[in-house]
Amino acid sequence: MANISGSKNIESVDYNAIEAMESFNKFVKKKNTFLFSITAIFLTLYILLPILAFQPVLQQKFFGNITGVWVYSAGLFIMTIVLCTVYVKKASSFDKAAAAVLAEYYEKGGK
Amino acid sequence: MNLVSVGFFLAIVSLTLVVTFIAAKRTSSAADFYTAGGGLKGWQNGFAIAGDYLSAAAFLGVSGAIALTGFDGFFFSVGYVVANLVLLYVIAEPMRNLGRYTLADMLTARFNEKRIRGVAASGTIIIVILYMIAQLVGAGALIKLLFGIEYWIAVLIVGVMMTTYVLFGGMTATSWVQIIKASLLLFGTGVLATLVLMKFDFSLMKMFDTIATDHGEKFLVPGMKYTSTIDSVSMMMALVLGTSGLPHILMRFFTVKDAKTARSSISWTTWITAIFFSLTIFLGFGALNFVGIDKILAESKAGNTAAPLLANFLGGDVLMAFIGAVAFATILAVVSGLVLTGASAISHDIYGEIIKGGKLTEKQQVVAARTGSISIAIVSIILALFAQNLNVSFLVSFAFCIGASANLPVILYTIYWKKFNSTGAITAMVTGLVSCLVLGAMGPNVWSPVEGAAIFVGNPIVPLAVPAIITIPLGFIAGYLGTVLSSNKVPQEEADRIYKEIRVKANTGISVSDISH
Repeated sequence: MANISGSKNIESVDYNAIEAMESFNKFVKKKNTFLFSITAIFLTLYILLPILAFQPVLQQKFFGNITGVWVYSAGLFIMTIVLCTVYVKKASSFDKAAAAVLAEYYEKGGK
Repeated sequence: MNLVSVGFFLAIVSLTLVVTFIAAKRTSSAADFYTAGGGLKGWQNGFAIAGDYLSAAAFLGVSGAIALTGFDGFFFSVGYVVANLVLLYVIAEPMRNLGRYTLADMLTARFNEKRIRGVAASGTIIIVILYMIAQLVGAGALIKLLFGIEYWIAVLIVGVMMTTYVLFGGMTATSWVQIIKASLLLFGTGVLATLVLMKFDFSLMKMFDTIATDHGEKFLVPGMKYTSTIDSVSMMMALVLGTSGLPHILMRFFTVKDAKTARSSISWTTWITAIFFSLTIFLGFGALNFVGIDKILAESKAGNTAAPLLANFLGGDVLMAFIGAVAFATILAVVSGLVLTGASAISHDIYGEIIKGGKLTEKQQVVAARTGSISIAIVSIILALFAQNLNVSFLVSFAFCIGASANLPVILYTIYWKKFNSTGAITAMVTGLVSCLVLGAMGPNVWSPVEGAAIFVGNPIVPLAVPAIITIPLGFIAGYLGTVLSSNKVPQEEADRIYKEIRVKANTGISVSDISH
């Protein structure tokens, strides 16, 4: 990417103008809020496993001989699949928002 | 070594060579070599990333660890699976939008300084070498066990194969070897898990009942290996955050055309790894119940042959030979990816960009890439030959620790923090790297009062096997302090302009889509 500014196509894009657009900042803020709050949630749930795993709560048996640690781990697997699906869905709406920002920029006379 | 084993072994070797031959025809430019021309589809890259996750340590190591230590072994499985989310939510798309071939490319998109590239490339080379020694030493021991070949010959075979794939087929061959291996591994584990479940009348409850009554309830809860919360928390932090800082995983995002495809890659990887690591329970408990601890320990102290032994019990010589061949393919695929990543740091970052100032022709770049591949392969093979009798499997956890402590902070700051500057980037990377190596070298993997349990005899100064719980915060703090305590190397206006550009590119993918049009 070091020589990207040397490419003609890219040089014509005014990044400062896009960055100054209200729609761009609104979109990025919304996106980052979503990404970082979900990340904080799943990292917290994840790191609770090695903490709670040594406590009685997850060491007791939940179903038959299946103890809490296995059930909690299965929960983390399901969480991963669910959040992965959620992200892919949400990201396509972000794609649309990003495309709208760029469309607005080009409309305003960006080259 | 019986005929069936030889058959499967040769089948894997010839299949991968055919792939390399086809790939070689498509590998002419530097972009072809490092990133398969950015032309992989989402599912292809998804399988290839899954292939990177499912190293021999993950396949043989995790099933062995569950067989020997019960739930403690399963901690790894959870870590590998959740790590996908970190990649997906905060790393994959900005990485694709900002980078070209290497991690250093992405960082220098913001800080165009040679010292940044130099430090990032050095970190990559260190991670690659540590990871590779662990894989090669493990490979040599495993092949010796499965096929009865001498250790040094086994290491040489693996070394020659990996160099061949990378040298001629570049990233295209490396990716396809990963895809083939990930499919075979998923199939093989599926067969083993189904056969194990069949023995328990397809009842999960019955399997847990049998383990509890015949082997003890200690297998059902943690505590056989990890006795302290802090030790397991530290290890889990390294796993979940380190994956996003491993250069051979990061490089995979440059093999697809845009952020959308990077996203679908990880989506595929998430499903594949979630299925695979769920099955490790059956492999582990199956081996514990049907093979038995004594027999597993007799073959390997770390339990690395639990899965092949289980295959032997369930399906005789044929299934064991198949699983052995899959394990062999696993090793080949992972080390090839590592060779390629090491070559990208040596040839592209250090030689091409730093020494030659980015002024190499396309042809010179390809020559440099091939020379770099051979050099990194030779160094790794020599180190692996010397390390034969050392227990080096812990080096993989060191690599994760460095990824999480040296690379992740600088990646996140570069993408998301406006004030971040190049001095902060240097302090973050150097502090993360050095603290992992120093604290790791003072830890229980290197020092043990019991002779033969670690590399040196003595009491470990640092009680943590993986020091991530200390080193990750250190990396982040160093990046912060380095930034606020230093002045910008470039004028403030220029720094702001570049950050705005980065912010627009990372969030809209504008540069990437414009290039491909």
